[in-house]
Amino acid sequence: MSVLSMQHIKKSFGDNEVLKDISLRVEQGEVVSIIGPSGSGKSTLLRCATFLETIDAGEIAYMGQKAAWTENNSAVYVKNLKPFRKDFGLVFQNFNLFPHRTVMKNVTDAPISVLHRDPKEVRALAEELLAKMGLSEKADAYPCELSGGQQQRVSIVRALAMQPEILFFDEPTSALDPELTGEVLKVIKQLAEEHMTMVIVTHEMSFARAVSDRVIFMDGGVIVEQGRPEDVFGDTQEERTKQFLRHYER
Amino acid sequence: MDYGFIFQKLAEGFLTTLLIFALTLVFSLPMGLLVYFGRSSKWAPMAFLCKRDRSPGKIKCAVAEFKPISSIFRLFISILRGTPLMLQLLVVFYAPFYLFGIKLNTAWRFFALIIGFVINYSAYFAEIYRGGIESISVGQYEAAQVLGYSKAQTFVKIILPQMIKRVIPPVTNEVITLVKDTSLGFVLAYLEMFTIAKQLAAKYSNIIPLLVAGLFYFVFNYIAARGMELFEKKLSYYQ
Ligand SMILES: Nc1ncnc2c1ncn2[C@@H]1O[C@H](COP(=O)(O)OP(=O)(O)OP(=O)(O)O)[C@@H](O)[C@H]1O
Ligand SMILES: [Mg+2]
Repeated sequence: MSVLSMQHIKKSFGDNEVLKDISLRVEQGEVVSIIGPSGSGKSTLLRCATFLETIDAGEIAYMGQKAAWTENNSAVYVKNLKPFRKDFGLVFQNFNLFPHRTVMKNVTDAPISVLHRDPKEVRALAEELLAKMGLSEKADAYPCELSGGQQQRVSIVRALAMQPEILFFDEPTSALDPELTGEVLKVIKQLAEEHMTMVIVTHEMSFARAVSDRVIFMDGGVIVEQGRPEDVFGDTQEERTKQFLRHYER
Repeated sequence: MDYGFIFQKLAEGFLTTLLIFALTLVFSLPMGLLVYFGRSSKWAPMAFLCKRDRSPGKIKCAVAEFKPISSIFRLFISILRGTPLMLQLLVVFYAPFYLFGIKLNTAWRFFALIIGFVINYSAYFAEIYRGGIESISVGQYEAAQVLGYSKAQTFVKIILPQMIKRVIPPVTNEVITLVKDTSLGFVLAYLEMFTIAKQLAAKYSNIIPLLVAGLFYFVFNYIAARGMELFEKKLSYYQ
C-alpha cells in the first residue's frame, strides 16, 4: 500500500494548465525529490497533495484511502478531509511559524488541540524532537528571535510532532542564506536515514542526489523523467532534463 | 461664583462621561468583530449560476457574485462613517417615537446615547479589524490548515491574537476620539460632563466651567493613551 497515491492529476488556473495528467506514488520510507524549472508546477503539485489547492480531475489517496476522485469529468472530495490531514505534514519555503507563540507552543498546540493527544506525551515528544534538531535551548524563544535556519528546523519539528506518515517540503532552503542552508539539509538528511517518507521539492541538486531514492524531473506540468538519482543525474535520458541540469553544472 | 461647586458638578458629570465611554468600548469592540464577520461574509446564494462547466455569461456572473450579507454590512458601514455621529444619535433617540409611536422618557436618553455610540464605533472598529486581518499573510492560514486546525480554531488561536496586536495603534486613535465624542451627549441633553459644563457656563456667564471640562478631557485622554501604550508594550514580545 502506497503512503500517497496521486493519479492523473489535472489542475488549471484559468486558461493556464499547470498540472497535465500527473501520476505519483510514494511508498513507505521512500524519499522522492522533485526538481524542475520555475513554473513547472512543483509547488502546485504539493499544494494539491496537501489540499491547499483543489484538483480539477484525478485521484488522491493516502494510505489506500481515497480523499478525492473524479466523477463526470470533475473532481469530488470526501466531505471530511480532517482524517487525511494527520497523514501528512508540509514544510513551507518561508516557514510560516506562528509569530505570537513560543517555539514549544508552535510545536505542541496542533497535536494537543487538533489530534487531542495527551499534552504530557506531546511535550515529551516535542522536547525530544527539538533536542534532535539542536534546538533544546530555544523552546521558550519566539520565532522572531531565531535565525532563518533555526526557524525552518522548528517548522520541521512542528510538522513531525503531528507524527505524519509523509512529509512534504517545498523548497525548504530557498529562503535561507547559503551558510544556513546546510544545517537544514543536514536535518532532512537525518530524517531520510531514519526512513521518514518524504517528498522534497528542491533546487539543491547535490542534496537531491545524495538523499533521494527517486528523483522526478518536472517541466511544463508533466513528469518528463524519473528514476534513481544516479540514473537521472548520471545517465540522463531526456533532452529537456539534460538542458535543465546543465544550469547546475559548475 | 463657587468654584468648589463647579468642580463638584463637573466631577459628577465626568463619572457619567466615563460610564458612556466604558460602555461604548465594552460593547463596540466585540461588536466590531461581528460587523467584520458580516462584512466579509462570502455567502453568495446565486453562485450556482456561474459554475465552471456552464457557459459563464458576464451578467450571469455578476449576479452570481452578489453577496447579500456582505453588501448590507458594507452599506451599513458606509452610512455610519459617512454621516455625522450627532445626526445618528438623534435618529436613534427619535426612532422609537417615529417608528412605533412610543413616548420617549428620560431614561431612554441614556440608552439611545449608548446604542448610537456603539453602532457608530462598531462600524469603525470593523474596518480597523478588517485592515488588521487582511494584513496577515495567507501563509498563516495555510500552515494552520495543513496542521488540521478548524476555521474557528484558526481564527481564535492564530489570526485574532495577531490582529489585536496590529490594530492597537488605530484603535488607540478611536479611543481618543471617543473620549471627545462623549461630549455629543449634549445633543440629547444628557447630563454628562460637557452638557453640565455648558449649562454652568451659560448660567454664570463664565468660561471657567468649559476650561475645567477641557482639562478633564485632556487628562482622561492622556491616561487612556498611556493605557493603550502599555498594552502595546505588553504585546511587543514578538514582531
Ligand atoms: N494561485 C494561483 N493562481 C494562478 N496561477 C497560479 C497560482 N499558483 C500558481 N500559478 C501558476 O502555476 C504555474 C506553476 O506554478 P508553481 O508555483 O507550481 O511552479 P513551481 O514549479 O513551484 O515554480 P518555482 O520553482 O518557481 O517555485 C505558474 O505558471 C504559476 O504562475
Ligand atoms: Mg514553487
